[in-house]
Amino acid sequence: MGAAVLKQQFEAVLGGNGNLDWQSRPGPEWVRSGISEVDAATGGLPRGCLTEIFGPASSGRTSLLVSILAAATARDEVCALVDAEDVFDPASAAAAGVRLERLLWVRSAHNAEHALKAVDLLLQGGGFGLVAMDLGDTPPQTARRISLTSWFRLRRAVEHTPTVLVTVARQSNAKTCASLILECKREDVVWSGAPAPARLLRGIEVRVASTDRRKACSPVFTAKAI
Amino acid sequence: MFACLHGKGNLTALAFEFSPTVERTAEGTVILDASGLDRLFGLPQDVAAALARRAAEVRVNANIALAANPDAAICAARGFKGVSVIPQGDEAKFLGPLPLGVLAPSPGLQETLERWGIRRFQELGALPPLGIAERLGPEGLRLRELARGEAERKLVPLEDPLRFEDEIELEYPVDLLEPLTFLLSRLVNGLATRLSTRGLATDEMRLRLKPENRSTHERTLRLPVPSLDTKTFLKLWQLDLSAHPPPGPVVHVWMGMNPVKPQAAQSGLFIPVTPEPVKLELTLARIQSIVGEGRAGAPELLDTHRPGAFRMIPVGQASRSVGRPPGWPSFQVRMSLRMFRPPRAARVAIASGQPSFIAAEGIRGKVVELAGPWRTSGDWWTTDPWSRDEWDIALSDGALYRVYCGPGGWFVEGSYD
Repeated sequence: MGAAVLKQQFEAVLGGNGNLDWQSRPGPEWVRSGISEVDAATGGLPRGCLTEIFGPASSGRTSLLVSILAAATARDEVCALVDAEDVFDPASAAAAGVRLERLLWVRSAHNAEHALKAVDLLLQGGGFGLVAMDLGDTPPQTARRISLTSWFRLRRAVEHTPTVLVTVARQSNAKTCASLILECKREDVVWSGAPAPARLLRGIEVRVASTDRRKACSPVFTAKAI
Repeated sequence: MFACLHGKGNLTALAFEFSPTVERTAEGTVILDASGLDRLFGLPQDVAAALARRAAEVRVNANIALAANPDAAICAARGFKGVSVIPQGDEAKFLGPLPLGVLAPSPGLQETLERWGIRRFQELGALPPLGIAERLGPEGLRLRELARGEAERKLVPLEDPLRFEDEIELEYPVDLLEPLTFLLSRLVNGLATRLSTRGLATDEMRLRLKPENRSTHERTLRLPVPSLDTKTFLKLWQLDLSAHPPPGPVVHVWMGMNPVKPQAAQSGLFIPVTPEPVKLELTLARIQSIVGEGRAGAPELLDTHRPGAFRMIPVGQASRSVGRPPGWPSFQVRMSLRMFRPPRAARVAIASGQPSFIAAEGIRGKVVELAGPWRTSGDWWTTDPWSRDEWDIALSDGALYRVYCGPGGWFVEGSYD
């Protein structure tokens, strides 16, 4: 019996229409980021893939990351945050809804290389719903020194796992190793009250631009002050 | 069936590995109830071989004897070298050639028997019991029973102390981690085997190293869940000792394990996957060897208004906090602060009582918008009070910062992001 006939019979049994692509892999599972505007535009964050968030200081990338952490811990997943510059603020994260008891915080004191090693170990260990690496305050020239091989290694390590890998930086570093790249830009700062002692910082409006050509979008969300 | 171990070493621990009913008859003599071991090992010869094999593994030098009654086993273990298996009913014949000294009779009785020319078990066993009872009394009759291998009695079982400790005295000091790990593997494997034979696991391991300078180097490893994973234990010790090496070459190693019941839990099919606790402990130990001790864990907020107050606790030990409830609207995104640790000292120009220009490490710009000051203070009743005036500012470089003025001057605490 020829292979073509066999394939035809299989397709007949399985209900295929003759155009089944046997080589293609199923797409990744997408999870919510915790921000409805971003979820609606990008579909969420892919599991088993690297998602890169980048933008300048005060562009809302940390608010987006904390929101992702809050959504993941709300799903009862254990998350890990590798903090290359030791800048994570547990108080504002708790106020944003992050369940701190489900968060492993690795404080790599101003050493991006240590942060990379820690992320690699966490991915190899497995069992995390989300692993985030914060290089947001790492100087761009240091972040650029992380070779593409290292990013590729991380991508391979997270592949075929149910873990969402997220990195935050000032500039895009992972390039093609990232499955989803989100660029944060601050649209506006919301102040209230007269410019006297009664004035308050109310929040920031952030535009998130996806650089994925298939999913080009730029939703806007507001991060309110605590 | 009873098995007797007679020799040197930790005989009691070895006996407890095979049976829960163990009698410590005398110094260097231990007897155990071996009934039922045939289902595990087979013939009595196989039981004896298993005992001998384990004795060699744990470096116990002992004669081993199996018999139908405890005293016959004791006599055989004391009288014959190596492994002896006495067939049931042949005790008198088997023990016959042994000298009477094995029975340790009283000096007076021994002298009498010597005078009669009775020197071996078979000679005593051949004497008529009535004559012995008349001439030597109950002790003589008891000795005759023992010599014929007919004495029947119950064991006086030893209470298992449930102490899982072991030690190695070294002939030469060890100063490198690799040979020390080799020694630790012996201790870990031995203790883990002893725990597993009792159906137990451990959640805490203690290590005491005695360096040449007679000081003591003690370390304790606590596991999040009871485990018997010896490979993980060894790796954890290796990482711990490389982070906290002993002060000098080691001459004595002691290890103890805390016995606890193993955790038996089956997770649900629809529960999110979590890291395996023991594996996570190993991963954390590896990460801490890179980033430093105490720099990986779960953050816990302290019950104080002091800004930036938190502590790191081991993951899994944190109490459940109130997070975002399931019905929490997803659009309530909160602006986060990126804390500078330590806060960056700043030079601030003041205009009309408000900051107008700020320069700090990596930050420089004109204040274009600000809110504040917010005055806070606390802990004034302690030796470590704090007080400060806070501002939220937008700089001309486009970033938003939180700055404060305290007794130590002006600082940039972090940036809003």
